[in-house]
Amino acid sequence: MSADISAIRYTGLGAAARRVRAILRRHAYLIVKSPTRIISMMYYPTVTMIVWAFLTLYLAPTNNFLKDAPGFFIGAVLLWDVLFRGQLGVSLTFIEEFYARNLGNLFVSPLTLPEYIVGQLTVSVFRALVGVGGACLFAYLLFRFSIFSLGLPLIAFFVNLLVFGWGIGLAMSGLILRLGLSAEELAWAAIFILAPVSGVYYPIAVLPSWLQPISLAVPSAHTFEGMRTLLIHGVFSWDHFWAAVALNVVYLALGAGVFAWAMRNARQRGTLLQMGE
Amino acid sequence: MLNPVGDSAIVVTDLSKSYGRVVAVDRVSFAVKRGTTTALLGGNGAGKTTTLSMLLGLLTPSGGRLTVLGADMPDDRHRVLPRMNFTSPYVDLPKRLTVGENLAVFADLYGVRRPRERIEAVVADCDLAGLVKRPYGSLSAGQRTRVSLAKAVLNEPDVLLLDEPTASLDPDIGDRMRTYLERYQRRTGCTMLLASHHMGEVERMCDDVIMLRAGVVVDQGSPRALIERYGRGNMEEVFLDVARGRADAKVAGTAAEESTA
Repeated sequence: MSADISAIRYTGLGAAARRVRAILRRHAYLIVKSPTRIISMMYYPTVTMIVWAFLTLYLAPTNNFLKDAPGFFIGAVLLWDVLFRGQLGVSLTFIEEFYARNLGNLFVSPLTLPEYIVGQLTVSVFRALVGVGGACLFAYLLFRFSIFSLGLPLIAFFVNLLVFGWGIGLAMSGLILRLGLSAEELAWAAIFILAPVSGVYYPIAVLPSWLQPISLAVPSAHTFEGMRTLLIHGVFSWDHFWAAVALNVVYLALGAGVFAWAMRNARQRGTLLQMGE
Repeated sequence: MLNPVGDSAIVVTDLSKSYGRVVAVDRVSFAVKRGTTTALLGGNGAGKTTTLSMLLGLLTPSGGRLTVLGADMPDDRHRVLPRMNFTSPYVDLPKRLTVGENLAVFADLYGVRRPRERIEAVVADCDLAGLVKRPYGSLSAGQRTRVSLAKAVLNEPDVLLLDEPTASLDPDIGDRMRTYLERYQRRTGCTMLLASHHMGEVERMCDDVIMLRAGVVVDQGSPRALIERYGRGNMEEVFLDVARGRADAKVAGTAAEESTA
């Protein structure tokens, strides 16, 4: 009846994929059977989208720009939520293990840190798709706005914002590991410090001149500039796209570096076995 | 291919761990023979869990060397972790997942082939049949301990580290779990290192005992040899001698009596 130890697969890409699947499975079990969790994932993006949609309806009759691009605010709020959900998905996946006091079990298993990170990122994709997907559905049902009207560039915007969210989410996971659950609020609030410089609802040009270089060092600013260029001029800005991609490589590496540093530090301090609610 | 050092599955040499000025483990050395069960004994704060954590690669030593199945820990941990497992009261499993879901997740993490069959086997062995569909968080402390044990043997480990494995179990279930672990060891040749405060368990299960006090190994031997050396009736009395610092006087006294005789 028992599996033979010699028949257990230890190494290789297949074994790594299976360990990543274990992380997905663990969170899928948690999310799929909890309607409350699914609703809460969609709730905030949907409510925010509705507020901006009504604002658009209010302003559009007196505003030529919104007459020409009625989906401007709705598209912006939906894409902002891709960034937020991407970051939150990574951080919450980690925080769940904290609450469950499961970190010790995970990291004495053959699971490597890169595999765990891939698992975190994949869970965040699903969380973003559920959360923003729900809001997109309501945007179409209530206001006849389809995010897909952005066409293929939507994929570029989506990926760039998601990857930036991953970078921040990994850095937040590292900080939570280093500082404990008292830093949990960071997971929820960290992204909002970037909102003013991301130019979600306005062009970077309106920022004070000293703030503009900071803004241009943030991938989300390039993405939203790209979105505006597409909506207003009907062209895809490759310059902003490549700038966002290059910056994302840096931020993702930094985020993974912070997380890896925090993990090494936790192994030094012995906190992996003791951390929990 | 991992090569055990001689016939030892675990070799610990001058292992130390300090947190700032606090020394938790101080130049500890011991070896655990393959296929045997060894106990790490000592009072609270003696360094048992710290030593187990370093053996698992969860904690980086401040000094010394340790190998498990020939692999240096923690540097080579990913070579050997698939062949190890553990239970500890310091960790838990996700509470909202059912017992079956938790075991399925860990079967994936450890790459267990034919996971469904293996899960059925450990569920039967650990008497969990009625609990598979219940959320882990709804279980009693004793039931959770059994689930942790099921998780620990899921991958049929060659080295099993058990931190208080039968804590929270009533005498009946505790006895069944010990019997199961003994049978598991006979069947697989697994090496077990356990930290326990249950001296009956130590006498019954362990071939060797390592006594720790304040992070230092103060004595070592089989339960029978230790009981004889301290002139006591059981391991509980030996433990109290060691924990209360009476060990040196006791052993010195015994040695004096032996030399007089």
